[in-house]
Amino acid sequence: MNWTAVASIYKFEMARFFRTLAQSFLSPVLSTSLYFVVFGAAIGSRIDHVEGVSYGAFIVPGLIMLSVITQGISNASFGIYFPKFIGTVYELLSAPVNFLEIVLGYVGAAATKALFIGVVILATAHLFVDITILHPLAMVLFLVLTCVSFSLLGFIIGIWAKNFEQLQLVPLLIITPLIFLGGSFYSISMLPPVWQTITLFNPVVYLISGFRWAFFGVSDVPVGFSLLAIALFTGLCLAVIGWIFRTGWRLRS
Amino acid sequence: MSTILSISDLRKSYAGGFEALKGVNLEIEEGEILALLGPNGAGKTTLISTICGITTATSGSVTVGGHCIETEYRAARAMIGLVPQEINLEPFETVLNTVRFSRGLFGKPKNEALIEDILKKLSLWDKRSSQIKELSGGMKRRVLIAKALSHEPRVLFLDEPTAGVDVELRKDMWEVVRELRESGVTIILTTHYIEEAEAMADRVGVIAGGEILLVEEKSDLMARMGKKELQVMLTEPISTVPAALAEHDLRLGADGQSLVYTYDVTAERTGITALLNDVAAAGLVLSDVATRQSSLEDIFVDLVSGEDA
Repeated sequence: MNWTAVASIYKFEMARFFRTLAQSFLSPVLSTSLYFVVFGAAIGSRIDHVEGVSYGAFIVPGLIMLSVITQGISNASFGIYFPKFIGTVYELLSAPVNFLEIVLGYVGAAATKALFIGVVILATAHLFVDITILHPLAMVLFLVLTCVSFSLLGFIIGIWAKNFEQLQLVPLLIITPLIFLGGSFYSISMLPPVWQTITLFNPVVYLISGFRWAFFGVSDVPVGFSLLAIALFTGLCLAVIGWIFRTGWRLRS
Repeated sequence: MSTILSISDLRKSYAGGFEALKGVNLEIEEGEILALLGPNGAGKTTLISTICGITTATSGSVTVGGHCIETEYRAARAMIGLVPQEINLEPFETVLNTVRFSRGLFGKPKNEALIEDILKKLSLWDKRSSQIKELSGGMKRRVLIAKALSHEPRVLFLDEPTAGVDVELRKDMWEVVRELRESGVTIILTTHYIEEAEAMADRVGVIAGGEILLVEEKSDLMARMGKKELQVMLTEPISTVPAALAEHDLRLGADGQSLVYTYDVTAERTGITALLNDVAAAGLVLSDVATRQSSLEDIFVDLVSGEDA
């Protein structure tokens, strides 16, 4: 393994993040505050409690997931798409590195950024509502796995995308709806029975449910299913990336 | 000298059926500067991209320092530095970080002193903290060179290093390349400026239509260019050059009806008067006389147009 190369890619990518640190830091703080103002104060005052948890606290895991998933995807997809766009990818392809090292560098940096934002949101949320975390280790595990797996997905999107429109397409048309409809802001038990069943086909439901379980001990689906879902998803992304590397798809002519 | 880069029967076809490389064979000696001349679309960049791992070859093999570029890609690529034709740089990063990144990417441990030295040689040290986007085009090209040198390559590819660069900077770059060569780096540069090949190369290769048409010592080529040919056409064909004319070192034309005399235009005496006197004395009757001088440009154009036909 060329660890020096992995560290170099990681550092180079993190430098991009630190260049815009104020922005990276402020935007999740601001958007979380807005969600709390709108959902927590305005709507939440009418909902009161969901499964024994105050609505304001109930939406915290969903809010974190929403940001972590979108940030993981956008960081990783941009991270690998940008070198393709500006042409610097030549250096990656001609360097004595294998694809595993490239992925570790890019996905590692993207996941770190997503994790950072997740922590910032958790801290911001703490200013608005009281949060106790029942299973802190499980919470960290879910958070890290989500950061990593969606950064892997973002990496695939970044390799696949031929232009900036395509880069936005998957997050906009598929991921965001899945997250919003995945129980970020509600418990699926609040849905009509038909939709409860349909919703189980949404993989994000399992993530948010498991993550919420780590916080409050309540979940829409058994926590084992949540772990299985995220493991399967990570495995699927790794398999696709493995295939990309073997074939050089959209990377080498 | 030993061979550092060996290319054998390298072919590259694209999905559309276009053959960018049609069986290239080339041996490059350690420490030399080889200039690859060729028109646009000749396959210069494809050849370099294939050696460097950016494009995958359809067939054939390449070894760098004895390491196969596919099975031992780490060892092979670690030896190669590439300065691409296009200015491809991360616009928001500083010069110093961009160059450090390249060194790390190639797995080399930190060496700030070396990077400082490279940046100073390329007159980039004062700009080390500037973002790439603030630099002029010529400066950006130097950054590309600095990146390629940062990991101490044994073989350096310069793909059209002076395309779109002003005369002053071009001369500076030639100087840099010469210094590199003195430090023992093997250099392969592509160009369509014949002048550039003449100024820098030890050997010149001509590539067109995906094939290497010629690889020759530049001094041999230059010698050919410095020489001129006098053709003496005869009224009657002869089978051999008469013994009386032996001292002039003549060549008999294929039709037996012309004698070709090669002379150095720069010499004080060309020997033409003596030759013509001796031809007459030998009883040969002249029908016409012609001279021609070939230049590298001629050789190049001939080769390339022959290839197109």
